[in-house]
Amino acid sequence: MTMTPFKQKIFVAYFDEMPQRIGREIVVDGVKIAVFRLLDDRVKAIGGVCPHTQGPLAEGIVSGEYVYCPLHDFKVSLLDGAVQEPDDGYVATYDTAIDDDKVYIYV
Amino acid sequence: MGTEKLLLIGNGMAGVRTIEAILERNSTKYEITIIGEEPYTNYNRIMLSHVLQNKMTVDETITHPMQWYKDNNIQLIHHDPAARIDTNNKQVTTASGICIKYDKCIMATGSRPFILPIEGAQLQEVVGFRTIDDTIQMMEQAKSCKRAAVIGGGLLGLEAAKGLIDQGMEVTVVHLEKWLMETQLNEQAGRLLQQDLEQQGIQFLMEKQTTRIRGTTKVEALEFSDGSVLEADLVVMAVGIRPVTGLAQDAGLSVERGIVVDDFMAASAEGVYAVGECAQHNRRIYGLVAPLYEQANVLADRLTDRATEGYRGSTVSTSLKVSGCDLFSAGIIHECDDIKGIEAYNGLANSYKKLFIQNNKVVGIVLYGDTTEENRYYKMLRDGVDITTLNPVTLLASADGGASMSVADWDDADTVCGCNGVTKGTIVQAIHAQQLTSVAEVTRCTKAGNSCGKCKTTINELLTHVIGDKVTAAPTGICPCTHLTRDEIVLQIHEKGLTTTKEVFQELNFRNAEGCSKCRPAINFYLHVTFPNEHTDEKESRFVNERMHGNIQKDGRFSVIPRMRGGQTTAQQLLKIAQVADKYEVPLVKITGSQRIGLFGVKKEDLPDIWEELDMTSASAYAKAVRSVKTCVGANFCRFGTQDSMGLGIKLEERFEYIDTPHKFKMGVSACPRSCVESGVKDFGVIGLENGFQIYIGGNGGTEIKEAQLLTTVETEQEVIDLCGAMIQYYRKTGIYTERTAPWVERLGLDHIKSVLLDPQQCKGLLAELDEAVAGKRNDPWTTIRENERREKELFTVGRG
Repeated sequence: MTMTPFKQKIFVAYFDEMPQRIGREIVVDGVKIAVFRLLDDRVKAIGGVCPHTQGPLAEGIVSGEYVYCPLHDFKVSLLDGAVQEPDDGYVATYDTAIDDDKVYIYV
Repeated sequence: MGTEKLLLIGNGMAGVRTIEAILERNSTKYEITIIGEEPYTNYNRIMLSHVLQNKMTVDETITHPMQWYKDNNIQLIHHDPAARIDTNNKQVTTASGICIKYDKCIMATGSRPFILPIEGAQLQEVVGFRTIDDTIQMMEQAKSCKRAAVIGGGLLGLEAAKGLIDQGMEVTVVHLEKWLMETQLNEQAGRLLQQDLEQQGIQFLMEKQTTRIRGTTKVEALEFSDGSVLEADLVVMAVGIRPVTGLAQDAGLSVERGIVVDDFMAASAEGVYAVGECAQHNRRIYGLVAPLYEQANVLADRLTDRATEGYRGSTVSTSLKVSGCDLFSAGIIHECDDIKGIEAYNGLANSYKKLFIQNNKVVGIVLYGDTTEENRYYKMLRDGVDITTLNPVTLLASADGGASMSVADWDDADTVCGCNGVTKGTIVQAIHAQQLTSVAEVTRCTKAGNSCGKCKTTINELLTHVIGDKVTAAPTGICPCTHLTRDEIVLQIHEKGLTTTKEVFQELNFRNAEGCSKCRPAINFYLHVTFPNEHTDEKESRFVNERMHGNIQKDGRFSVIPRMRGGQTTAQQLLKIAQVADKYEVPLVKITGSQRIGLFGVKKEDLPDIWEELDMTSASAYAKAVRSVKTCVGANFCRFGTQDSMGLGIKLEERFEYIDTPHKFKMGVSACPRSCVESGVKDFGVIGLENGFQIYIGGNGGTEIKEAQLLTTVETEQEVIDLCGAMIQYYRKTGIYTERTAPWVERLGLDHIKSVLLDPQQCKGLLAELDEAVAGKRNDPWTTIRENERREKELFTVGRG
């Protein structure tokens, strides 16, 4: 049985206020979410906390479809939230939307 | 799943290694259960020294995560020690009452640190050093305690001592014998080791017998048999280990010092075996890792019905995991009637080697300071090579290229990685089967090289031997995105006139179109140095600290460290700092190591406001850049001071602050040779004399302690400042990103650097080049951000949904 749970659409920032490859953190009900505008202008959102030692992923260096945690360099996919080898683990992913130059996430 | 039940008691390195070896040979023969006392899955105990020395985390020592047990259908009974073995009914009961039947039972109960039976040994601050919990306890204690005493100057004691130094404690090692590591080293090597460790800050009390630990509720001091006393609030007992044999004894097994086993690791009851530190073979017990692995292989052969010649005992070798103290020891290291030594001491390099010869064969080796020949000698020892044709001089001389002892000549059974017990055969097989082409891949697939890393050169040699020039030369490229070195990249940037990281990645065919966290900041820096005017700094290619202008902390918050040139401040500044710290409820206000005041634990979104209210500039305490200058009070106040050190320090700071360098660049100015600001461990250290200044360069007081070397002596402040600028620019131009000046000086050679900086023409040229490169760019980043509202918003906003 699948059921799409009701999701809130939450405003993050104006698109042009988000520089490419610099993360933006947003806290929703106490949950930290990291939102990124990639070099090709796609916007991706993942759980904001690295599973290793809870590093803030929004502050990491973004390369292509990955972000490197600023604390110990864990490499996390912005597409599926998976931590890359040789480390493992994963973070949540969130859908995003850009309407009228505004960036939203679905939580 | 198998039909026969195999039970392992002891979830440690030797036992789990045996299980692995069994699974490799036959993964379906047994239904396997493991009983473990500790609340962790299997981990590499050897690496706990690295944890204590802040080089690894506890997680990184775990070699077998829970998934491994699941994947191999192994039932793990955790945190619940075995309490009783019934060898008649072939069953084991755990402390919590679980009963497990077995057909074959392997005992790998290991050993425990021996705690001296003296008064006070039961106090809470008295610990052994064996388990993860011991390590965590020591790191916790180090937070509140100041003085540690380590009883025992053997391998483990010294590694613990170094670790506690790295945890910020004052450490004294108390040793019963005349010199350190007396079972592995002879007196001369032991003394050299002691000198080197003293330089790293460890103190020693030799030939002292501890008789009592003083203290009622907490440890206060150690008392010795000669009546002397040492104050301490943490005691580490590292006087030796004792095999854990109680369980075997109660079960009626034959136990002497350890559980007695035959050549096939079988104990005295049917179906029971023992491996590792708890087993006694041929009257010997082994406490090092390589023999345990040999035992594991024999037992695995036996239990999977393979032919085996049995275990014949091991030749053991030792090395110490403390950086700056390379040593190697193997075999018999004491001279007697028919064992004679030949030795060589190099006072310049502080290195020493001695070989012990019996009947024209090497039977013992002690190397200190330079261990590059360890494989060559070790092989001579193990294979009983006849050395009649070698005279002592050729024997002690370093082999040219080591051709005759290259890894190509090793047997498949020879161990390449001693920490993880990986043989040459295993590595060669993996290279072929999985088509490996780099050292990193070999490490990932075989574990060889992932512990102390010492064998990586051997692995590289082996790769070259097996697949020739198809080896991916990992060590040369600056990161996995490219095979190009720093020099090649900078040359191409020049020649092709590249000005953005994107262009570099594209033009130089990086595997990754946007690089990675290693190379992008490096390329951004090289572009900045090469084309200071054409290149625009890329914020998104900078590590978080340099983007946010504060040091990121473990919880994601930041530090604010305002500039106080030369460590000088005013009452007004102090008032302001106090007000801000109070208003923003800053969790920690601390005097930093570089004579500044730091506010720690600041929320990212508060940073710009705090900077605004402080109205002070950034001290660049987070940046790969010229840092603040440490000074002593100098001639104006100190009765020993010969120069105005504070004045000169402030001038240096004003002249060179906010200049990017390959890594941080620390300076110090002392007014006299007492050198209160430790000019001898600075990148650029100045010591004032009656009639001038000595300049020292390339020192480092951090991870790898390195004494700075004398560049020259000059007469005037202006000469000091000019030489400093020339050095900064030369370092910027030739340094590898994240390379401190100590390795930089070593790489380029002090003589070469002297020839450049002390040539007036070149010195002047470098200085002019530096001034041109940084003109108009040496701005306080805090002010710059505050003046750019949009930038501030982009970087420092945290959304609330």
